[in-house]
Amino acid sequence: MDWLFFSEIGLAGIGTGGLYAVSGLAFVLIYKATRVVNMAIGEMMMMGAYIFIGFSVGLALPIWASIPLAVIVSGLMGGVIERAIIRPMLGENAISVFMVTIGLGSVLVGLVEIIWGADPRRLIEFVPSDPIFIGEAYLSPKVGYSFAVAAVIVGLFLVIFRTWRGGVALRATAGDQAAAYSMGINVPKVFSLVWIIAAMIAAVAGILVGSIGGVSPNMGVYGLSVLVVVIIGGLDSLLGALIAGIFVGLIETYAGAFLGGEYKMLATFSLLVFVLIVRPYGLFGTHEIERL
Amino acid sequence: MRIGTAKENYIADEALFDTNIQRGWMVALMIALFALPFMTGQYALYLICLVMINIVSTTGLNILTGFTGLVSLGQAAFMGVGAYIVAIMEIHLGTPFLLNLLVAGSGAALVGIVVGLPSLRVKGLYLAIATIAASVILHFIFANWTSMTGGVSGLSMPPASLFGMELIQPNQVYWIIMPITVLMLFGAANLFRTRIGRAFIAIRDRDISAEVLGIRLLRFKLMSFAISSFYAGVAGGLWAYFFRVITPESFPLLMSIFFLAAIIVGGMGSILGGILGAIFMTMVPEILKMMVGVLSPIWPDAVAVMSPVRVVVFGALIIFFLIFEPDGLAEIWRNIRRFFHLWPFKT
Repeated sequence: MDWLFFSEIGLAGIGTGGLYAVSGLAFVLIYKATRVVNMAIGEMMMMGAYIFIGFSVGLALPIWASIPLAVIVSGLMGGVIERAIIRPMLGENAISVFMVTIGLGSVLVGLVEIIWGADPRRLIEFVPSDPIFIGEAYLSPKVGYSFAVAAVIVGLFLVIFRTWRGGVALRATAGDQAAAYSMGINVPKVFSLVWIIAAMIAAVAGILVGSIGGVSPNMGVYGLSVLVVVIIGGLDSLLGALIAGIFVGLIETYAGAFLGGEYKMLATFSLLVFVLIVRPYGLFGTHEIERL
Repeated sequence: MRIGTAKENYIADEALFDTNIQRGWMVALMIALFALPFMTGQYALYLICLVMINIVSTTGLNILTGFTGLVSLGQAAFMGVGAYIVAIMEIHLGTPFLLNLLVAGSGAALVGIVVGLPSLRVKGLYLAIATIAASVILHFIFANWTSMTGGVSGLSMPPASLFGMELIQPNQVYWIIMPITVLMLFGAANLFRTRIGRAFIAIRDRDISAEVLGIRLLRFKLMSFAISSFYAGVAGGLWAYFFRVITPESFPLLMSIFFLAAIIVGGMGSILGGILGAIFMTMVPEILKMMVGVLSPIWPDAVAVMSPVRVVVFGALIIFFLIFEPDGLAEIWRNIRRFFHLWPFKT
């Protein structure tokens, strides 16, 4: 076994895993606060990346302006989605809400194809291209910097989540909606806020993923891998999403390197089936007890 | 409830069609189905065949999702299993098509049982995601088991033959698709008059209560998976006979979403709903195509926008029906009927 090769792939895997972790964060945030399983997460990432294209190529704005603009517009869109589609479904059974998000994903894919066409596109290069060496191992600069950004976002988010008033309100809502209501927390507002923040995080993740592999309307498939991540980590565990993200990233990259590219999906989904059978609520998820 | 149909025994109460008028309509429909190939063109028959294949598969998914409450996003993959089995048997063995379709259904049912195995421990959304995993794994098998499935380039198979006649054109294949569709629909409608079907409904309404009532959850959930996949397998087999070229890309995840959309739009937990949903969802692209034909002189790009618009309309229909009419087209149909039953005495 060539250890240098092995560790290089491991680094790339951790890099991919960082992106999974951020996307998983956006998913878990929504699930934790609103109990909505958002099947459209991959499509929301794709939308963010395409809005970035719209600003950087369509309007020819500089990079430092178009990234924040894309994130803000995506956030607004998240708010609109919550208000128009998710809010009317409050109180419906979980499966209906789940299928509404499938519909939402389909609408987003179609909109992107209408506006930007169905062909894959590349984002404008904005990541420095000098190679990174950790020890002797080479790491692709795009993956490396994306991982750094992902780590910063996750860290920032965890701090906000603990200290900011809105973050505390969010955690209270996730813990017990009725209790949060009676303590004077505006729960519907928290729901909107969660969707806005999650859409922003998804947009950042989408731009990072797009900067590595380009974007296409098929990016929703990436959402499936994110789904694997959050199921393995446990749907309502932020820590779980982070750990499972790295874990799935590693497994996927190793499977791709040693077995061949077509085994990537097979490996992650086989892992998913295994976890579902052995530990259905994920590694760190809450085991819900059902009563009549 | 209709005026003037007092039921005097349980058999009458459980009957599939409770009035003579309904039976009359059924006979008329059968006659129409037999007369159809002589009255319409090839393209209309092509669409009708496609609708019927989709009806079989949608009804299968409706048994699983609408009646048993287990969401599945693997229906297209199960269809793929059926289609590949039919193609392989037709190419290598040349057995008669009825046998092939039966084997296709049974093969898909076996796969369905394996996929359904986690359903005892996980349910709802976790199960839906397990079925996505199953369809990814099946897609991998279709694309990489080259010696059997022909890999990425797929298989092309000879047509079905009936009494030595090869069935190639839609008006010929119609004669195997139509009877099988009718048969399977009657099967599904009758299923819910038996203990098994009732058990499915009990599981949907509350699985723990159903278990307390003495319904073995694992057995009945797996049975639901098996029946649903059997329908998908037969539909896939018909699909194979209809198109005669099968590739791994013929049965994408989007197709599973299509079937899910069809039962939502049509009405979950209603056989009529499955039929209406499949008809409606298959015809939507056709209606869009017609609109493109009208629009293209004014707006030249209309053709290019057609396929994404279709995707948007699919999604929008799912959202619209879930928010505004969760019981689907079947409920709208029932409302119309109720109106005319009481007309003109409605308050």
